[in-house]
This record gives sequence, structure tokens and C-alpha cells, in this order.
Amino acid sequence: MSATDFEQQLVAQRGYLMRFARLQLRNDAWAEDAVSETLLAALAKPQAFEGRSQLKTWLVGILKHKIIDSLRQRQREVVLDSGSEDDSFDPLEHIAFKDDGHFAQRPSDWGNPEQDLNSRQFMAVLDACTEKLPPMQARLFLMREWLELSSDEICKELGLTATNLYVQLHRARLRLRECLELNWFASR
Amino acid sequence: MNPLLRKFPLMRSCKEVAALVVAREDRELPATERVALRVHMVMCKACPVFERQMLTMRNAMKQWRHYGGSD
Repeated sequence: MSATDFEQQLVAQRGYLMRFARLQLRNDAWAEDAVSETLLAALAKPQAFEGRSQLKTWLVGILKHKIIDSLRQRQREVVLDSGSEDDSFDPLEHIAFKDDGHFAQRPSDWGNPEQDLNSRQFMAVLDACTEKLPPMQARLFLMREWLELSSDEICKELGLTATNLYVQLHRARLRLRECLELNWFASR
Repeated sequence: MNPLLRKFPLMRSCKEVAALVVAREDRELPATERVALRVHMVMCKACPVFERQMLTMRNAMKQWRHYGGSD
């Protein structure tokens, strides 16, 4: 592969990388930076790619590191609106409980997920639901689920208290559950 | 729930159990809560369904991480 071929292939992946960077960072300028740095890093040492099967996978690996750097550098902005997004909102209230703490209505059976999970359609719904999370919740949730950081690591990177992190992740998970229930499982 | 059962330290309401099931995704629960969760699941019909939803979401996120690759 000539050097220009390699460059062209890299540039062709830009849109794909931007999608993930935007979803995780929720800020176009930060996403642009992270993706540009990823492409520059890849261009700087193409030999690191040799022998690897998928260019995309290699690039996403680099991008994840760049995104963690970006979140760390901007930690104050990343969690700036911490708590203000839906502070007064108890996400469990979205699920109706009776006064004695029982479910008012039994949660719905989501059926045979193993089959559904493989469908592109389901992944599209999951994508859309993740996109709909409020920015800070989305950042923290994706740090857990996409960057695969532990709760401890996230707290360390962002200078968050564990309690604050857990509250936000709890909200994100319940919102996602609700969104999936409405947009996928209920409509089957 | 029968008010008498409230006296037992391992008894939790569905609402409390739902919160634990969500929390478990991000942190390790204390042993007492883990036992209380198990005890509740045996007696309850609704919470195991909620728990399966959370497990489905866990598996879904796992697949979602790899799904980008075929895009």
C-alpha cells in the first residue's frame, strides 16, 4: 500500500469516527479535535497498523484514547451542569410504584431479546435512545459502556464523587430503559 | 407487602429492589443488599421481569459496542 493510499483510506474513515466522537463528547468542536488527533496519530505511524486486520478497529482504538484525554482536559465542562439537568426528577418515578413500594403495573416482558439484539433495526433504536440522553448523562454513560471505564476510573478522570456518578448513571440507565420500552419492545 | 415482613432486615420493596438492580450495573453491592435482592427475587413476580430487562440492556450494549464495526 502506498503512502497516499493509506492517507485516502484514513480520510475515508473520518465520518465514521466523527459519529462516535460526537455521541460520546456531545460537542462538535471537541469531536473534531479528537478525530483530527486520531488521524494525525495514525498518519504519524502507519507501521503500527501493519498486520492488523481492520483499519476501522485500529482507528477506533486510537480515538478512544484521544476521547479520554479530551474528557480529562475538559473535566470541568464535562460535568459542569452536573445535577442541573433533571435534578428534581426521580427516574424511578417514571415507573409507577404503589405506596407500599410494589410495581403498580408489572414491567413488560421484553420477549426473546437474543434474536432482536442481532437486528440492525434494534441497534438503530438503541443508537437513537442513547443520542437522546441529556449531554452529561450521555457522556458518563458512554464512558462506562463504550469506553468501558470502571466507575472508579471515571471518578478519577473527572474529579467526580462516586455518589454523583451513580446518580447520573442511574438516571441514564432508566431513561434508556424507558426509551427502549417505548420505541422497540412495546411496538413489536 | 405484609407489614409483619417489614420487620425482617432482609425485606425490600420492589422499588428498592429496582434501584439495586440498576445500581448493580455500575457498582458492587454490599453483601447484605445482594442477599436481600436474592430473597426478594424468589418471592416476587414483577422484579425478575425488571431484572431481565436490565440484563437485556447489558447484552445490548455489549453488542452495540461491536456493531459500529459493520457500519
